[in-house]
Amino acid sequence: MAEYMAQGKQPEVLFWVGCAGSFDDRAKRITKAFVKILNKSNIDFAVLGAEESCTGDPAKRAGNEFLYQMQAMMNIQVLDGYNIKKIVTTCPHCFNTLKNEYPDLGGNYEVMHHTQFLKDMLNEGRLKVEGGKYKGKRITFHDPCYLGRANNEYEAPRELLRKLEVELIEMNRCKSNGLCCGAGGAQMFKEPEPGNKDINVERTEDALKVKPSIIAAACPFCNTMMTDGVKAKEKEGEIEVLDIAEMIINAEDI
Amino acid sequence: MQYIPNIIFLAALIIGFGFFIKNSRKILRNIKLGQKVDASDHKKERWNNVIRIALGQSKMVVRPVSGLLHIIVYAGFIIINLEVLEIIIDGLFGTHRIFSFLGSIYGFLIGSFEILALLVLISVCVFWIRRMIIRVPRFWNKEMTKWPKNDALIILYFEMVLMSLFLIMNATDIHFQEMNSGNIISQFIAPLFSDLSEGTVHIIERSAWWIHILGILAFLNYLYFSKHLHILLAFPNVYYGNVNPKGKFKNLESVTKEVKLMMDPTADPFAAPAEGAEEPGKFGASDVMDLNRTQLLNAYTCTECGRCTSNCPANQTGKKLSPRKIMMDTRDRLEEVGKNIDENGEFKLDGKQLLGDYITNEELWACTTCNACTEACPISIDPLSIIMDMRQYLVMEQSAAPNELNISLTNIENNGAPWPYNQMDRLNWKDE
Repeated sequence: MAEYMAQGKQPEVLFWVGCAGSFDDRAKRITKAFVKILNKSNIDFAVLGAEESCTGDPAKRAGNEFLYQMQAMMNIQVLDGYNIKKIVTTCPHCFNTLKNEYPDLGGNYEVMHHTQFLKDMLNEGRLKVEGGKYKGKRITFHDPCYLGRANNEYEAPRELLRKLEVELIEMNRCKSNGLCCGAGGAQMFKEPEPGNKDINVERTEDALKVKPSIIAAACPFCNTMMTDGVKAKEKEGEIEVLDIAEMIINAEDI
Repeated sequence: MQYIPNIIFLAALIIGFGFFIKNSRKILRNIKLGQKVDASDHKKERWNNVIRIALGQSKMVVRPVSGLLHIIVYAGFIIINLEVLEIIIDGLFGTHRIFSFLGSIYGFLIGSFEILALLVLISVCVFWIRRMIIRVPRFWNKEMTKWPKNDALIILYFEMVLMSLFLIMNATDIHFQEMNSGNIISQFIAPLFSDLSEGTVHIIERSAWWIHILGILAFLNYLYFSKHLHILLAFPNVYYGNVNPKGKFKNLESVTKEVKLMMDPTADPFAAPAEGAEEPGKFGASDVMDLNRTQLLNAYTCTECGRCTSNCPANQTGKKLSPRKIMMDTRDRLEEVGKNIDENGEFKLDGKQLLGDYITNEELWACTTCNACTEACPISIDPLSIIMDMRQYLVMEQSAAPNELNISLTNIENNGAPWPYNQMDRLNWKDE
């Protein structure tokens, strides 16, 4: 972004990479997949790079409002400094916080989840998605809580999957009734409370019931949780967990 | 002497409604112990919700069986209660079926009441079977023992008895049966009494009539002690319910003030608080008084149906958290505080609070904030907001977060990510 600024240019959209997308090895592959799509579609985008910082979502949901607001205000200063108007992110948690919670602290942006952004690109004819290697495959989609229930977006990811010409099979619990993967509310960063099962295993069992060859995800944390769940069930040889962005580039062998 | 029944009836009415009003005031006073809420926004959407969710029961039918049965009981409750108007007039003035002059319209009305009464009776029996024979799991969670369990059964028995009395009252009303209009159901019950003398049948009719109306008054007053307040409070509760996207958690203004001050380079670090400045408030909630009025209204409105708990990912995987229990605990503590005020005139510290004495840290930390509970609630109750407020108290007042979480929070503070990576490495993926 600093380079754009130096050249006096403004990108069409800022890609908010997020902590997982920046540091987690699995999530970095999603970041790269999304960037490949953006590049292929000639979208003029920028990232904040080292100037990006945690949105504060895990801090807020852990109850540390202080830390959350500190993070938010610093990020808002950076974003406003670059006069950012439109943000796209591959993480539903960043998406929700930037979109719904930053306005109360003075940060007003048009924020989109990458599945929404890609859907719009598709409708505008700037992106082509074809079935390719996923055509006709049994695929189920796990709704991220912070995209689905939290922000009522159930269709954008499904529309992309339909464009991939997959055989989309819904789990018994889906959309507004979808079960959490177990990572939300800062659970990602702590051990679960004592119980008789891990939530991600429970959710993976939901997915296994419909016998998919791929579990499609739209959140780096859901991705980790579902991947771990598939491993716990010793099905990693048969079932892949992929982000929709990854599926789009794989389909075309970009 | 002939006016004695009228006088007794009037006295029963006054006592019945008097106690009800007294207890309603108590509920209102207790709710007002909470922090003020501003619900002047989104007026249109709020009314829309009341019509759709509360009046229209739109979220009940997400579970079709219980939803449909509930709609029958709900419709029955509202429509059959029209009959109470006639009962009250008859009772006060010593008349008998004062509206019967309406002729065929009266027959139609009573006929539909009878059909509804039978449907309600059947539905309530099915509810009982679901609870006691089929044992639907959400009615058998840990928190559903003792009073909560008995309370639910008492309500069902109440409804069974009231509906049966209504039908018996009609069946034994010889004059009404002779009219042969509107006795759609009761005509089949009437033969059961045909062997009895006219005097005995009349006594049964009068008894049923009296027990029916006294039962209604008793039920009205039972509401305050039971989980059944939702029949009245569901409507305001839905009005005050959340109208923002579920993912938007509220911004804590008191913290914003502090953070702005902290980030202001011109702030005087040694400044003393201005004369007469307010004491800084508590961050988060540890007791019911720290919660807001909507949350306390939520607690009184909860019917303990358990849809939230049965959808909660933590609860389904054996964790202690149950969103329903959060609501029940909040109400129990609020009632305790209310009793304390009744006895002492004002709240006297009792060495107890909602956090710890009712809700444990373990329950609070098990929440994934996934909003399954708020989505499941048919009347817009929000257990998640209470969990979040209490987490804020744990973290910001007590620094009592689980250790692994503290490490992540420290990482965010120091290097802008929950993991201990250098912020300068954020763009490394570009070249990997």
